[in-house]
Amino acid sequence: MTRFMTRFLLPLGIFALLAVVLAIGIRHSPDKGIIASPLLGKSAPPFSLPNLTDPTQSVRSADLKGHWYLFNVWGTWCGGCREEHEMLLQVRRAGVVPIIGLDWKDDDAQALSWLSQLGNPYQSVATDHSGREAIEWGVYGAPETFLVNPQGIVVYKHIGALTPDTWTREILPRVSAAPAGSS
Amino acid sequence: MLPELGHFALILALLLAGLQAFFGIAGPGLARDRWSQAVTTAVAGQAVMVATAVACLIACFVSEDFSVAYVAENSNSALPLFYRVTALWGAHEGSLLLWILLLAAWTVAVVLGSGRLPTRFAARVLGVLGLVSFGFLLFTLATSNPFLRLDPPAPDGRDLNPILQDPGLAVHPPILYTGYVGFAVAFAFACAAMLEGRLDQNWARWTRPWTTAAWSFLTCGIALGSFWAYYELGWGGFWFWDPVENASFMPWLVGTALVHSLAVTDKRGLFKSWTLLLAILAFSLSLLGTFLVRSGVLVSVHSFAADPTRGIFILVFLVLMIGGALTLYAWRAPLLRSTAGFELGARESFLLFNNVLLVIAAATVFAGTLAPLISDSLKLGTLSVGPPYFNPTFMLSMLPLLALLSVGIHANWKRGRLQDSQRTLLLTFVAAAVLGCGLTFGIYSHGRLLTPIGATLGIWILLSSLVDPVDRWRRGMVVPRAVLGMTVAHMGLALAVIALTTVQSFTIERDVSLAPGGMAKVGDYEFRFDGVRPVEGPNYDAVAGTLVVTRHGAPVAVLTPQKRHYFVQRQVTSETAIRWHRGNNVLLALGEDLGAGRWSVRIQIRPLVSLIWIAAFIMAVGGALAASDRRYRTARALVTSPGETSAGQTI
Repeated sequence: MTRFMTRFLLPLGIFALLAVVLAIGIRHSPDKGIIASPLLGKSAPPFSLPNLTDPTQSVRSADLKGHWYLFNVWGTWCGGCREEHEMLLQVRRAGVVPIIGLDWKDDDAQALSWLSQLGNPYQSVATDHSGREAIEWGVYGAPETFLVNPQGIVVYKHIGALTPDTWTREILPRVSAAPAGSS
Repeated sequence: MLPELGHFALILALLLAGLQAFFGIAGPGLARDRWSQAVTTAVAGQAVMVATAVACLIACFVSEDFSVAYVAENSNSALPLFYRVTALWGAHEGSLLLWILLLAAWTVAVVLGSGRLPTRFAARVLGVLGLVSFGFLLFTLATSNPFLRLDPPAPDGRDLNPILQDPGLAVHPPILYTGYVGFAVAFAFACAAMLEGRLDQNWARWTRPWTTAAWSFLTCGIALGSFWAYYELGWGGFWFWDPVENASFMPWLVGTALVHSLAVTDKRGLFKSWTLLLAILAFSLSLLGTFLVRSGVLVSVHSFAADPTRGIFILVFLVLMIGGALTLYAWRAPLLRSTAGFELGARESFLLFNNVLLVIAAATVFAGTLAPLISDSLKLGTLSVGPPYFNPTFMLSMLPLLALLSVGIHANWKRGRLQDSQRTLLLTFVAAAVLGCGLTFGIYSHGRLLTPIGATLGIWILLSSLVDPVDRWRRGMVVPRAVLGMTVAHMGLALAVIALTTVQSFTIERDVSLAPGGMAKVGDYEFRFDGVRPVEGPNYDAVAGTLVVTRHGAPVAVLTPQKRHYFVQRQVTSETAIRWHRGNNVLLALGEDLGAGRWSVRIQIRPLVSLIWIAAFIMAVGGALAASDRRYRTARALVTSPGETSAGQTI
């Protein structure tokens, strides 16, 4: 009788095993974003783009050399950006690493009113009306956030809204592990 | 206003689904017939609420309400009206809503068709369906609400993913989902039988038409998806063993096994626990298919950015749903005994082989699809599994299956006296072998080892499946729709085998670089490139190349493949140009601009490739025919007659 019963428990057992594998898979799935970006470990694309708050000025990658920075691609049309905005403000308050925004395919007036209403987490915001810059960065959907080191190398990429988890587990350790002189 | 109305309707639908599940499962369990009767009211209410929510979201798309985040992310003011409507299921949230809508539709269909079911059993079926719907609605509301607002609203939308801007999108996902969701009905019937602790031949007769109908939709959906990928993605293949394709193929394989196993349970009262397991498995794989694509667990061409909260919710839902059903199975199935026996050469044996081989095929596809995930989670490195794995392993179980089909179709129920049909068997096989080898070497004069084998098997199935209906017809008997449907579906399979063999053996692919006026000769066809010209679409710019196609100098067609550049999504898509000529499928795709007017052009000539989709469609038609047999509609008389019920098994 016992052997008979085991036969019917087998599917449940196999399924339980599979569920464990899937659970591990889900926990690791953000890693896939790292593998997916061809920019990782390579130099960030050099840029010189109009500044959203003052179009006569430009935001240039050359000025950022020697510092860690987060490169955050956003737009007022993007729901995920709205979702991560509070997190970005927290990052700004933490003061560990500045955020450079790329306002992607957006209306300047809309973007400015967004920042004045919701608060501005960015050190500076570059505008990308044509979407050309985002192509250089290999962006396929907003929001996306890149972590660039003082040598101008992209060391981490996060797809989707920035979460406190990503911040404490992925970004903060990388920035604080670097030798003090380099940041 | 409309998005809030839709959101509110979804919340009400969730509550009604909860009631439906509660009354449906608790009512019969506690023998409260009033509760059982209340279930249909909950079903109707839920269906109305879900339909309202969907209508609201469609209205938001049509009226270009870019204050709704989902609309802003998947539509644009320049997007044509037709795609503004189909954009509903262009991404995760809307796809879920579509799933829920289809589940509501299937549930209503079950209510309308359940007049012949005993009240308590019907309540249990609807209760399980309510539970599934509840899970999906909760998931949507908690993690993927399509009605979220943007403040301030977006000035314009991000546009629908250009790959999805195609008439194929309008029909492919809804039909595929109809198939997926249809297996929920078989699942609910299985769970209801286990809750009831009773499974007789009537049960199989009730379940069969629903399962076969779902299977037909799934067959159609997969074929449309394959066709869509062929001409829209421009990669020039009809099947890539991509995780998303596999996700729809696995429930199809198990569903096919289920359709056959149900036949045995219906006719002979055997394979009971096996049928239950297959019903659970088919729906589990449908759920897994829905979610694998959406959760970002597996990254593939079609999937979306990873979202861990969604993934965890999905996993919990799967564990509760499938784990619950399998627990019920472990508890109840041992009590279902089949007393009848059968001989080795009987039809039952062949259907058992069919089931085993189909499940093995599904398991190999499953292993190949999940292998990258498993190796990744065990830190064995990133692994990629492709056609070199899938093609041979899949063939390993398919070839014997096809051969056994031709033999098994002649076998009788219960008794294994195959020698009676020895002559027919031999005759059909010899005819098929002669035709198969003759055609292969007559038309193409070359081929691979598998070419004559595939052709022979295909023709053998074609001939064998005709034997029984032709015999009945000659003896002046009526061919019932169930038999007719089976014959049509098997012939569809045979045609698919023939088409696949031909395509795999005789496809010619070439990438050429052509300057204006340049010529290329591929196979029997010549191609002259007449340069490119700009084309303007509503929301894209394109260049169209002009190629004059001739065959041995005789004109065939002028084809204009395009390369489109969508403004808003900054995405480039390739619009292939396809011409069907003398059984050959000539496909042209425009590649890269090589400068100085030169372009790279991909030329592919695939013989009989269209037959693959036509064959799949024939299979689906066969399923529809079988599902509509009167036999399943007259089952009511059998239920009410006390003689029949006592023949059923009670625990």
